[in-house]
Amino acid sequence: MEIAPKEEILLPVKPGFIALSLFSAFLLNLLPLGSFIEWIRPDFVAMLLLYWCIRQPLRVGIGTSWVFGILVDVADGTLLGEHALAYSLMAFIALVLRRRVSMLSLDHQFTHVTLILLIMQAVIVLTGFVAKDIFVGWAYFLGSLTAGLLWPGLTYLLKLPQRPKPDPDRI
Amino acid sequence: MEHELFSRGPSPAVRLTFFTLLSLLLLVSDAHYSYLKTLRTGIATAIYPLQRIAMMPVELLGAMSDYTRTQSSLVKENTFLQKQNLEDRAALLRYRAIQQENDHLRQLFGARARVNSPSVMAEILYDERDPFSRKVVVDKGLQAHIIEGSAVIDNAGVIGQVLQVYPFTSEISLITDKDHPTPVQVLRNGLRAVIFGFGSSNLLDLKYMSLNTDIRPGDLLVTSGLDGTFPAGLPVATVVTVDRNPVYAFSRITCKPVAGVNRYRQVLILAPGAPLPPPIPAAKPELPPARGKK
Repeated sequence: MEIAPKEEILLPVKPGFIALSLFSAFLLNLLPLGSFIEWIRPDFVAMLLLYWCIRQPLRVGIGTSWVFGILVDVADGTLLGEHALAYSLMAFIALVLRRRVSMLSLDHQFTHVTLILLIMQAVIVLTGFVAKDIFVGWAYFLGSLTAGLLWPGLTYLLKLPQRPKPDPDRI
Repeated sequence: MEHELFSRGPSPAVRLTFFTLLSLLLLVSDAHYSYLKTLRTGIATAIYPLQRIAMMPVELLGAMSDYTRTQSSLVKENTFLQKQNLEDRAALLRYRAIQQENDHLRQLFGARARVNSPSVMAEILYDERDPFSRKVVVDKGLQAHIIEGSAVIDNAGVIGQVLQVYPFTSEISLITDKDHPTPVQVLRNGLRAVIFGFGSSNLLDLKYMSLNTDIRPGDLLVTSGLDGTFPAGLPVATVVTVDRNPVYAFSRITCKPVAGVNRYRQVLILAPGAPLPPPIPAAKPELPPARGKK
């Protein structure tokens, strides 16, 4: 297995940036889209929570994920606790696997991230199946594949503010 | 006793157990009881500004397409609307005459005149993302005096029912939702039934009709008004297929909604009409003469 050539040296993350990124993801989730895009749209909140659970486990963990799950539940009109349960389980898996995932190169991260998000969605589907006796169909899981594909872009974007300036002496 | 050098609170496993139990508690109480309605309303009000912000790009796009619309299309639409207006007016005149006659007849029969319930026009903001139910959110809520349980219709027929009212929005459960029964009546022969959504498709299921029921494809189903929520006589669905397989206890009847359940943006919310008339008092038994103190 390939291992990322070298760990970048990054500036510490500002807590405000984490909060901002999570709320932007929540806004993206609320964006009303056409029914086709709706199927392939990734769950941005889950992606961001997963990212920060891997990068900043002391700042974002199971509790934060649970709170955002409740917010998503209210916004989506799902049963209260459905996303909260799935997100907290996802955060737990991320916390357990985080060293492993952050060591991997980006293309290997794809499989891990997609799998974790698929497990998260499976929890939601299962809860819905138990509570309402409806199976939503396999197309529901497409969102996780899109999320996996978008992962490298997200990683790049979220690391930008922490990149040190090329030469600290030159302002 | 062991001291941890870097104490970080409870371990992830403990936290996961705690939050899982909390989620399960919420899930069960939300699915079976209504304790959490205030909590949900509170959170919904808090995130309402964010929802409006998320709506902005779509509204902007709509405004731009309105702005760039050509004059010819406007003229065409105008002539069409004028023609329709004329036709509608003719129909309205006929309707008024019939209504007058109807009122008169009702008076003759001693029935109470049917009150036209007040209605509020609302616009659909977005479909909810919940894959397990069919709901939309409209832009009128408590501030427009929307009442929970009101019927929602469009120009063709019934769309659904108000499920929950928030301060500025309300959630509407569509008739295609699996948990949404609507009492209906076959227009042709007055047969009463209850129609349910399939949940997964845009179709409806007429349940509990015996195999020899007189229902044919193409029959129009209208609300029967028996639930006291939907005014009687609103079109709901047309029958598509009738499957009389003797293997099952009931015939399987699939229907298609008449209203543009997934198409239109403007809907009409009807306030629940006048309360049901009091039951006709049966012949009163003679009261025994009062005894003792009052």
